[in-house]
Amino acid sequence: MKKMLLASVATLGVASAAFAAGHGNEVKLGIALGFSGPLDSLAPPMESGAKFAIEKINETGMFLDGAKITSVSGDSTCVDAGAATATAERLITAEGINGLIGAMCSGATGAIVSNVSVPNGMVQISPSATSPALSTIEDNGLFFRMAPSDARQGEVMTDVIMEQGVKTVALTYTNNDYGKGLADSFAAAFEAAGGTVTINAPHDEAKGDYSAEIGALASAGGEALVVAGYADGGGAGIIQAALDTGSFEKFILPDGMISDTLTDAFGADLDGSFGQIPAPAGDGAGVFAEMVGDAFDPTSAYAGESFDAAAVMLLAMQAAGSSAPADYLPKILEVANAPGEPIGPGDLEKALQILKDGGDIDFSGATGVELIGPGESGGTYRQVVVEGGEFKTVQIR
Amino acid sequence: MDFLNALVALLNFVIIPATAYGSQLALGALGVTLIYGILRFSNFAHGDGMALGTMFVILTTWGLQAAGISFGPLPTALLALPIGIALTALLFIATDRAVYRFYRRQKAAPVIFVIASLGVMFVYNALTRFIIGPDDQRFADGERFIISARDFREATGLAEGLAFRTSQGITIVTAIIVVAALFWFLNKTRTGKSMRAFSDNEDLALLSGINPERVVMVTWIIVAALAVTAGTLYGLDKSYRPFTYFQLLLPIFASAIVGGLGNPLGAIAGGFIIAYSEVMVTYAWKKIVTYLVPETMAPEGLVQLLGTEYKFAVSFVILIIVLLVRPTGIFRGKAV
Repeated sequence: MKKMLLASVATLGVASAAFAAGHGNEVKLGIALGFSGPLDSLAPPMESGAKFAIEKINETGMFLDGAKITSVSGDSTCVDAGAATATAERLITAEGINGLIGAMCSGATGAIVSNVSVPNGMVQISPSATSPALSTIEDNGLFFRMAPSDARQGEVMTDVIMEQGVKTVALTYTNNDYGKGLADSFAAAFEAAGGTVTINAPHDEAKGDYSAEIGALASAGGEALVVAGYADGGGAGIIQAALDTGSFEKFILPDGMISDTLTDAFGADLDGSFGQIPAPAGDGAGVFAEMVGDAFDPTSAYAGESFDAAAVMLLAMQAAGSSAPADYLPKILEVANAPGEPIGPGDLEKALQILKDGGDIDFSGATGVELIGPGESGGTYRQVVVEGGEFKTVQIR
Repeated sequence: MDFLNALVALLNFVIIPATAYGSQLALGALGVTLIYGILRFSNFAHGDGMALGTMFVILTTWGLQAAGISFGPLPTALLALPIGIALTALLFIATDRAVYRFYRRQKAAPVIFVIASLGVMFVYNALTRFIIGPDDQRFADGERFIISARDFREATGLAEGLAFRTSQGITIVTAIIVVAALFWFLNKTRTGKSMRAFSDNEDLALLSGINPERVVMVTWIIVAALAVTAGTLYGLDKSYRPFTYFQLLLPIFASAIVGGLGNPLGAIAGGFIIAYSEVMVTYAWKKIVTYLVPETMAPEGLVQLLGTEYKFAVSFVILIIVLLVRPTGIFRGKAV
C-alpha cells in the first residue's frame, strides 16, 4: 500500500512537471551569473538589467498573445566550471527554462556551452564573456554574446598604438583567462602589423611586490608597457613598480585598466599613456539610464548588455511565435541586425507589435547591438588618453 | 661596453631591492630563530603575528594622521611602531599564558608545540581579517624617494635611472639598528645572558636560579618587537595585505634554517642569502649583459634563469639543498 502511494505521488509529480513544461502561457528565462567569485560585484546590476527587460515586456501584455515571462536566477560562479555546469543543468532540467542568459566570466560560459547548452539544444546569450576562444567554440549555433571578443580589442589596440608611432612594446598580463586571451590576441595582431613585442610575461594578482616582474620587463625593454591587468589589482602594482624604478613612462591600458582609481592613484605620472574600453554605440545608453532611474545602477559594467541579451531573446521568441529554442534560434540574428525598423531600449512595445504583424526590426537596445560572425558583438571602443591626470576620450572606433 | 650604465641597472633592479627585502627577511627570521632557540619550537604563527602587529601599527598610523600628527619626510608609521609593538607584545604574552604555558608544563614534544602554533596562526589570521579585512591597505606617507629615477637621470646624464625609495632606506637603517641592539642585549645585559644560558641548557639554567617564566616573557617581547618592525617595514616598502604575510612564512623559515635555526647571526645571513637568490635567479639579465658585452654579442633572449612566478620556488629549493647537505645550517644551529 505504501509503495502504491509513493508511486502515485511520483506519477503525480512527473505529470504536473510535464504539465508545467507544456503550459503555453508562461515563458521562463534562466539567468546564470557569477553571484560568487572574483567579479561578484557586477552580478546584481546585470541580473537587474535582464529582469528589467522582462518587466518592460511583461508590462505591454503583447508578448506571445499574453504569455507571462518569469525568470529564475542561478550562481554560475566565475571560475568554477563544475559549479557553472551544475547550475545551468538545474535551470534547464528542473526549472524548465526556455532560454539561458549567462554566464558572466569566459571560463564559466565556455563550460556551460559545451556541457549543457549544446547537449540540451538550449539557446544561450552571454552579456559579458569576452574570451576569443568563445568565437570558435563548438556551439551548433546556439551561443551568442553581447560583448565583443578580445581578439577585436587586440586589433583596435594595435591600430591605436601604431598611430602613435610606437613600434616596440613590452607586454604583461594578469595570469587568468581574460589576461592571457587578450595578451595573445594583441601580440598576434601587433606582430602582424609589423610591431615587436619584446616580452610577453604574466603577473599574478594580489602580490605584495612587483619589482621582480618589472625587472624582467625593463630588461626586455620597449617604448611602452602594455598592462593587460586590473586597475584595482596587480595592474596598478605593476605601474607603481615601473614608475618607481623609472623603467617605463608610457603605458598602454586595455579595458580592465580604464578606471578612475588608476588616475586617482598616479595622477599626472600617467600623462601620455593611452588605451581603449568597449563603449556603447549610439544614444541607447542614455535612454536606458533614464528608463531605469534609481532602480539599479544602469552604468554598471554589462548591465546594459544584460538588458539587451534578455530583450533580444524575447523578441526572437515573439518573431518566431514560439518559445521553443529550436523555433526562435534562427530569429535571433534577424531581430538583432539590420534590415528592419530601428528599435531603442524604450521601443519594446513597438517592436512587439511590428513582429506580431510579421514585420522586421533592427534591435539596437542599450548598447547598440549588432551581432557579427559567430553571433557576437562587433564591438565599438572608446579610445582614451591620460591628460593632466585624467582619462580624456579621443574618439570612438 | 658601458660599465656605468650596467652598474646602475644592477643597483636599481638587483642590489637595492634585494638588500631591502633581505633586511625584512632577516628581522622576520630573527624572531623565528629566537623562539626556536629559547622556547624550542618552530612558531608557525610568526607570519600572521607579523600581519596582526602591522595591523595595530596601521590603525595607530591612521589615528595619528587623522589627528594631524606627521613625522616630516619620514612615514608616520615609525611613530606608531612603539604602540604597535606594545600591543603585539601583550597579545603574544597572553597567547603564551593561554596556550603554550600549558604545554610547557606538560613537557610536551616540540611537534605538539608546532601544531599548537598552527592553531594560533589560524586565530591570528582570522582576527586580522575580522578587524582590518583581507584587502590591500595603504598607510605609507611622507617623502617617497631619497633619489628618484628621473632626478638621477637628469643629474648624471646616464641612460639608466637609479631609484632609492625612502622605505628602502628606512628598512636598511632600521634593520642595522635593531640587529645591533639585539646583539648588545643578548651579549652584554644580564637578562640577555640568562636567555642564552636558558637556550644552551635549560636544566643548568634552572639550577643557577634563572626564572624560566621571566625568560619566556622577555623572549616574547623581543619577538613582538622584531615581528612588528619587520612587518611594518615590509608593508611600507611593498604593500600590506594579510595573505602576503602568511606567504612570507616560507622565505622566513628558509632564511632561519639556511643560517642555522637558533643562531641569530645565521638568521641574518640566511635572510640575505634567500633575498639575493630570489632576486638574482628570477632577474632577466639581458639589459646588463647588453651593456657589458660588445654589440655583436648582445643576447637575443632574456637571460633569465626562472620566470618571476617561481620566486617562492627558489626558497624551497635552497631549503631542500641545505637540509640535504648541511641540516644544521651554515652557522651550525641546533639540529632540526
